[in-house]
Amino acid sequence: MNAYTVKNTVSSDKVIVADDMLLTKELPTAAGSKMLDGYVSLFEAEALTRATAAGYTLGGKADVGEFSIDLLGETSKNGALIVDGVLKNAAAEIVKSGDAVAALTLDVNGSVRRAAAQNGLVSIKPTYGTVSRFGTIPVVCSGETVSILAKGVDACRDLLDAVAGHDDKDGTSHSDAVCDAMKKDATHAKLRRVAVIASMEKGVDGDVKEKLALATAALKENGAEVVTVDGNTVSLARAAWNVLMCAELCNNVSRYDGVKYGYRAENFSGIDELYTNSRTEAFGDLLKTAILFGSETLSTENYMKVYDKCQRIRRVIAEEFAKLFAEFDAVMMPACSALAYKEEAVSENRHLAFEENFYTAPASITGLPAVVAGGVQLVGKAFSEQTLLDAARILTKEER
Amino acid sequence: MRYETVIGLEVHVELATNSKIFCSCSAHSFGADPNSHVCPACCGMPGMLPVVNKRVVDFGMKAGMMLGCHINRTTTFDKKSYYYPDLPAAYQTTQWFAPVAVNGVVEIETSKGKKSVRIKQIHMEEDAGKLVHDIREDTTHVDFNRTSVPLIEIVSQPDLSSAEEVEAYLERLKTLLRYARVAECEMAHGTMRCDVNLSVRPEGSDKLGVRAEMKNMNSIEAIKRAIEYETARHIDALENGTEVLRQETRRWDDIKGKSYAMRTKETAGDYRYFPDPNVMPVVIDDEWFDSIQRSLPEFPEVKRDRYISEYGLSEYDAEQLTKSIALCDCFEGAFEVCKSAKDAANWMMSEIMSILNARKMTYDMLQINGKSLGELILLVSGGKVGRANAKKILFAMFDDVSIDPAAYAEANGYVMSNDTGKVEAVVKAAIEADPKAVADYKSGKEKALMALFGKCMKELKGNCDPQTLKTILVEMINK
Repeated sequence: MNAYTVKNTVSSDKVIVADDMLLTKELPTAAGSKMLDGYVSLFEAEALTRATAAGYTLGGKADVGEFSIDLLGETSKNGALIVDGVLKNAAAEIVKSGDAVAALTLDVNGSVRRAAAQNGLVSIKPTYGTVSRFGTIPVVCSGETVSILAKGVDACRDLLDAVAGHDDKDGTSHSDAVCDAMKKDATHAKLRRVAVIASMEKGVDGDVKEKLALATAALKENGAEVVTVDGNTVSLARAAWNVLMCAELCNNVSRYDGVKYGYRAENFSGIDELYTNSRTEAFGDLLKTAILFGSETLSTENYMKVYDKCQRIRRVIAEEFAKLFAEFDAVMMPACSALAYKEEAVSENRHLAFEENFYTAPASITGLPAVVAGGVQLVGKAFSEQTLLDAARILTKEER
Repeated sequence: MRYETVIGLEVHVELATNSKIFCSCSAHSFGADPNSHVCPACCGMPGMLPVVNKRVVDFGMKAGMMLGCHINRTTTFDKKSYYYPDLPAAYQTTQWFAPVAVNGVVEIETSKGKKSVRIKQIHMEEDAGKLVHDIREDTTHVDFNRTSVPLIEIVSQPDLSSAEEVEAYLERLKTLLRYARVAECEMAHGTMRCDVNLSVRPEGSDKLGVRAEMKNMNSIEAIKRAIEYETARHIDALENGTEVLRQETRRWDDIKGKSYAMRTKETAGDYRYFPDPNVMPVVIDDEWFDSIQRSLPEFPEVKRDRYISEYGLSEYDAEQLTKSIALCDCFEGAFEVCKSAKDAANWMMSEIMSILNARKMTYDMLQINGKSLGELILLVSGGKVGRANAKKILFAMFDDVSIDPAAYAEANGYVMSNDTGKVEAVVKAAIEADPKAVADYKSGKEKALMALFGKCMKELKGNCDPQTLKTILVEMINK
């Protein structure tokens, strides 16, 4: 596969790339799925409109895995992006190449954070509701966020400044006052106390451990205290997130039924077969697994036992974070278990993405902001993006 | 054995807001071209997010208050998933967990007396589109104009026991919701739709029988027929064992006069309800609640009593007029202008009612502007237009509600003449033309005078005060 689904020839020093979860008006948006091959939206993502208004130019669309729920994009209809036997993420490759100063992505299941950690890039997943989701392909509406991926902190900060803000078209959008305070927060706190949850480091390899050690040293060097705490509740996030993600996904992708647009099976008799054949032929395995799982968790029989319980766990995790934030400014945790995924890793374990999201689920399920820099992840208080970005500067050892 | 029928209703009512529930498309597309009132949001295209139309919540609360419900101060929207080509996103946004209104009561009256019907809940939701089947081409088209038009579903407890009660209940809902001006409730327009849940049990039993849910009744008459048919089917099954009753959904075929099983409980789909994360809970604060409560209309019974005490109307007239808010509006508008409740009521009860009857219109279909009627009444009471001509004007007003009575009277020569010279000339000509009638009258035949009077009035196109004409006629004959 290519990193780009579409590439524009543009000359500007503010070129950005959007991942294929953000709708564009003239360019197609397929969300990595055969189902939406060639789909052109009637409207574009609000984040893109705002970026354009701030002087950025769209240089192309970066490919994504089918509905962006996989590890790095390997489930794209165009196949996986592999360099030297290692899985790569399209947006990260484009940013690394210097084609674009930053990428606007939809962080659905953490792929952009994993990509940032594995490629020495910086990503900021802002607080849920500070960047409009209008014009993004919906998957997990209660948790996904338009995020930014760049080589450095300033590029992240500048683009976040351009795209964040209230949007009447998104009912979950925070007010302008709240968004502005997040953006221009000049008096934001310096990172003083950072918590590390031991159980969140489960399963990481030596490379990631090293990144965590380096990050701890860098933070301490800059006067921050790094304390290991018991916050085991946070490690429940993955299980709950997978339930909520699949449930919402199942509902959100139901609209792709072969009737109105997108892929339609050639052979069918009657409406039920039209639905079944179109979806069977167009959807990939990982997505089908998620659909079936999600459908099951929402059944009358399972709703209270599974879905509702996971919503309660979501609240318990949010409360756990609130307790931690009474004492700490941020929580440091890995963004992935390894700094590279071998090509075979996915063929050996088809559901690896639903295990690797152990590290990204806590910020996804709570809507808290998270920055990835120096190969590690910092989850902060709501609206503490500026504090997190300052810390990212320390982690990447960028000069101020 | 004697049996009793237990009926609960699910009534869908289209709310009369200008725009749809989650987008700004017009909600009124009756008769419009297919897919002319649509946008990416109500077509379920990916990337659009729902933004709640506050008017819909206003109307939902108002409906709840009219039906005596408790209003949930935090009300939420949920997704109901199912596949059907008229549902573009494959889910309907509705209220499952915290509907806007619960636990109400509606009073009805039938030949058996008064009865309270409990309301379980009222929830707000979006309508689906329409499928248009083209038999010639053997194909089906989808029209999304109706998608996302706001509805409320009013769910009653199983408190009804006959077709007569069901009719009274539906009429009462219609009256109250029309009083509150939140809905049209016209079954023929599809702005009121009704599903009937029915079971039969031995009289006096406190255990409910096996329930059937009946759909596709498009008129009150059809509902009554369906209830009678279904009751008989259930009793037959219980008495004679003709079939084993199952909990199922049945489709009413009004042409055949029969119901057919659509799906049983076992084969019914699971709607997989869950809260819509894109719609924040709607929190109704005191200010909002109070403003809706203040905007509630006078209830029909209160208005009826006031018509009697304040306007001196007869009990019968007050009862009739308050049956429909359309009649009340017209009456009150007319009174405001003509200042005579007696005149306004008389015109309503005689002229307006007779035209409605003649045209087979329901009370609710009256569209005449009350102020215009008041002006017409003033033209008559002020001696400017004769009563017969005023009726002609009223007929014209039924066809065109924008007609201004005074201008119309002028334009059509319906203004009474005060010119006695002209009247005398007409009378003179009439007397000369019919000496026999004059002679007959003089010989004591009153009828002959009326014939002359009629001819003169016709010649004058009705634009003469009858008393004046009669006086001049008698004077000139006796001259």
